[in-house]
Amino acid sequence: MRIAKNTGALLVFVVSVFPVYWMVLTAFKPTRDIQSTTPTFFPAAITFDHFGTAVAAKGFFSFWRNSLLVAGGAVALALLVALLAAYAVARLQWKGRRAFVLMVFIAQMTPWEALLIPIYVIARDTGMLDTLWMLTLVYFMITLPFTVVTLRGFLAAIPVDLEEAAQVDGCSRGQAFRKVVFPLLAPGLLATSLFGFITAWNEFAFANVLIIKDQDDRTLPVWLSSFNNTFGTDWGATMAASTLFMLPVLLIFLLLQGRVTTGIVGGAVKG
Amino acid sequence: MTLLAERPVRTPAPAAPRRRRKPALPYLLITPTLLATAFLLLYPLIRNVIISLQEFGLPQLVRGDAKFVGLANYAHVLADPEFWGVVRRTLWFTAINVVLIMVLSTAVALLLVRLGRWLRLLVMGGLVLTWATPVIAATTVFQWLFQSRLGVVNWALVTLGFEEYRDYTWFADGEATFGILVTLIVWQSIPFAALSLYAAMITVPQELYEAARIDGAGAWRVFSTITFPMLRAMFGLITCLEVIWVVKSFVQIWVISQGGPGRATTTLPVYAFQVAQSLQRYDLGAAISMLMVVLLVLALLAYFRQLYRQEREA
Repeated sequence: MRIAKNTGALLVFVVSVFPVYWMVLTAFKPTRDIQSTTPTFFPAAITFDHFGTAVAAKGFFSFWRNSLLVAGGAVALALLVALLAAYAVARLQWKGRRAFVLMVFIAQMTPWEALLIPIYVIARDTGMLDTLWMLTLVYFMITLPFTVVTLRGFLAAIPVDLEEAAQVDGCSRGQAFRKVVFPLLAPGLLATSLFGFITAWNEFAFANVLIIKDQDDRTLPVWLSSFNNTFGTDWGATMAASTLFMLPVLLIFLLLQGRVTTGIVGGAVKG
Repeated sequence: MTLLAERPVRTPAPAAPRRRRKPALPYLLITPTLLATAFLLLYPLIRNVIISLQEFGLPQLVRGDAKFVGLANYAHVLADPEFWGVVRRTLWFTAINVVLIMVLSTAVALLLVRLGRWLRLLVMGGLVLTWATPVIAATTVFQWLFQSRLGVVNWALVTLGFEEYRDYTWFADGEATFGILVTLIVWQSIPFAALSLYAAMITVPQELYEAARIDGAGAWRVFSTITFPMLRAMFGLITCLEVIWVVKSFVQIWVISQGGPGRATTTLPVYAFQVAQSLQRYDLGAAISMLMVVLLVLALLAYFRQLYRQEREA
């Protein structure tokens, strides 16, 4: 029984890790090892050539910068807007609060895939097609409901007494928020914004539809999805590019560790 | 002063401004969220409905003089046998994915509960790594894993004695591509479901299990009489979420196969996008995506019912 359990555990571990392991391994393998008929499963010789090829690919840095700008801009905007709403929901009593929360929950479940066509048409009508601005706005809206919900959760976890005590001591509501709540909220803000960043960083469908003519304005996911055009059958370089694309996401996950899991699970369950 | 002079009736009491300022604050705070939702979510949705009721092709996109045609687009779509083929395929695709995800995630969660500390952390680490893998990175890697000549999957199958897989081109065959997409989606979905179920399972009081074991109940009986009934709402919740996520999965399919080969992997979101982008029938594409939204709303209503039940039980 014990052996079966442990074997099962190792099997689950190998199946979940293998594709990522294979990606990183291929990225570091010399081309002759990649093309050998018998694959090697452990790094024998290591090369950085593929990373060189990926980074030297035409437009790599502008795609990287575009992704960063779009995701960063969307998250900053979402954080600002969501913080205001989350404060109103978590701290103030007002008529229509329940309706507002319900609206945010529904917005969180939006099937964005069904809105590709109208957003394309709207972008075209307003001359926003092929602009990173449009993409930023869409990503902002995709991450906004999630940001409101999680920030509300983090805010609600901070005792109101702290704020009231500060107000008794002569702080205004704004001061109490800035000096007492904000420092306590900072980890929550970080976790929420990083998760929003990942969502925007990975987004493909809208980037694929909204950036058409000006290929320099593409983002990393769209560029990577057409790796055949860039690298042909150079799988080493393709895997190196994938690894570089995944790197920031992985770093964020490492940085957040447990908080991401509990935050998302909590967000999904408690809404 | 001028405001007061112009509208004296509205602010009769001198104390009113002070009392009115406080209740205004929450509405002021939610205004940006409301505006964003109105312009970036509600408006596109309404626009989609409008397009689906118009004749809207490339000429209308360029000139912008679309005419309303009532429900003609819906009639056209619903009378098209191809659409029903896509719907059947979407339902089949969803069913097979969700069943696999739920069964495997439950197994993984049950395993996690029973593991020792170090192995549990190892498995959870692996799951989080899978979870962290971006969709596009995963689709790229899967194309490499299943590559015909150098792919590691073909090598493993040949080594195990399945000679017919030598240089087998997975992506040329409809069913094989379908299978790979299911594998990819299940692989990516298990971490969330398994970790959520695990988090729920450890909240079940240990005494219940001990009592059952003393009474001589087997593992299956313990699961079916204690774990599952206690976590019924949680199971329902995650199943609903997975249904919604699988139905609308677009990126994996679009990047790997664009719905092909033939129509073998065309599900509703892919079909709507194909009709709109490739055939430039934005009207039909909008109608198809509205029908998909209806399908999702049904799943969503089930989800909210589960959410409500969960909140009440918690």
